[in-house]
Amino acid sequence: MNVAVWVPLLLSLKVALWATGLNLIFGVAVAFGLSRWRSSWRDLVDSLLTLPLVLPPTVIGYYLLVLLGRRGVFGAVLERWGINPVFTWQGAVIASTLVAFPLIQKAARAAFENVDPHLESAARVLGLSELAVFFRVSLPLAARGITAGALLAFARALGEFGATLMFAGNLPGRTQTLSVAIFSAMAAGKDEGATVLVVVASVTCVAVLLIAGRLAPDRSKLRIT
Amino acid sequence: MTLDIAIQRRLADAEHPFELDIRFRTRSRRVVIFGPSGAGKSLTLRAIAGLMTPERGHIAVNDHVLFDTQRGVNLPPQRRKVGYLFQDYALFPHLTVAQNVAFGIRTGVFNPSSRAIPEQASRWLSAFELDTVARSYPSQISGGQKQRVALARALATEPDVLLLDEPFAALDPQLRMRMRKELAALQAKLDLQMLIITHDPADAEALGEQVLEIRDGRIHGDEVAEALAS
Repeated sequence: MNVAVWVPLLLSLKVALWATGLNLIFGVAVAFGLSRWRSSWRDLVDSLLTLPLVLPPTVIGYYLLVLLGRRGVFGAVLERWGINPVFTWQGAVIASTLVAFPLIQKAARAAFENVDPHLESAARVLGLSELAVFFRVSLPLAARGITAGALLAFARALGEFGATLMFAGNLPGRTQTLSVAIFSAMAAGKDEGATVLVVVASVTCVAVLLIAGRLAPDRSKLRIT
Repeated sequence: MTLDIAIQRRLADAEHPFELDIRFRTRSRRVVIFGPSGAGKSLTLRAIAGLMTPERGHIAVNDHVLFDTQRGVNLPPQRRKVGYLFQDYALFPHLTVAQNVAFGIRTGVFNPSSRAIPEQASRWLSAFELDTVARSYPSQISGGQKQRVALARALATEPDVLLLDEPFAALDPQLRMRMRKELAALQAKLDLQMLIITHDPADAEALGEQVLEIRDGRIHGDEVAEALAS
């Protein structure tokens, strides 16, 4: 395979891995907080956090430019520190992270809400701090659901197109991910190049799903009887 | 050794107003609170363990004040030194029997490996005849074994008082008889302070040195407690 295939493929994988990793931290933290939060504001916050799933990705790209662009609200502050995420691979990571966020957050939250509260109470009575209860009971029992969400998020980040194109651009070798490269190849009339990329994208996704099946933890250990 | 409890809590439900108003004081080491479901038994137990906060009152085990609204004391469950046997045992399904028993001995942020079981936990495993299933998961062992694991796990932290929530409800009748005897023998051997809640009169008969009856959130027939307290 040639450079035209490898470079966008590796870039896509790098971006998707970063986006999944960031979501495993932020998505899981937000999910845990929301699953324990009793407030009438919860539904509103939940809706806002789900927006990236339903909004057109181009709208996300627009918001990102308005907020983080050179003249954006936060972008101006970042600029002072010499940071400008627009048209960088890190920008692609930000776009993918945001778009994939609801997938991991929702899966993790459902998983946390499914953890038997008696088990967490038992751990507290046995002397564990709240942090220890999280790492020794809540998180391991929610791990299966979180893993499922993370794989969906990874697949979604891998295929991200709209927000990435608007925010990170289409710079070959720098921000041209697999899906953006396919669009470029088609637009330039290089149908054969596009076909190769499409095959690579499809094979990659099937591989991810196969790995997902293998990674899933043993059910018997997690069954509550 | 005394158990001194006076707690009140109104539960907000317009259709079924319920007021918990539990007062008793006892020196007995085997106390059974007996009553129908919905009478407030579990709430009382949860309040003692610190899993539910009453509006007013105080809770003291021996001279250890766990909760006192007048003095502004409300210890978190972690610092109450109580053992709690949940009705469904609440064994951690992702941990082996040995890890479950060792759970409260090491209170760090990560679960200890199933190969590095502390000496203390091994002793409890032997005492409860759980050596053969030490590496099994809770889903792989019998009901009686589950109860022993839950007991060993609670006792391994050396609690001042052991709270038991319907300890035999999850067992079949034959096993229930055997486990009652086992628990009574265990209590005598370790001189445990126990508080059992149950709706089964047979439990009260077999295990209660003192039986308190609970109805509609109140303790009735606690003359014995009054006599002992004075």
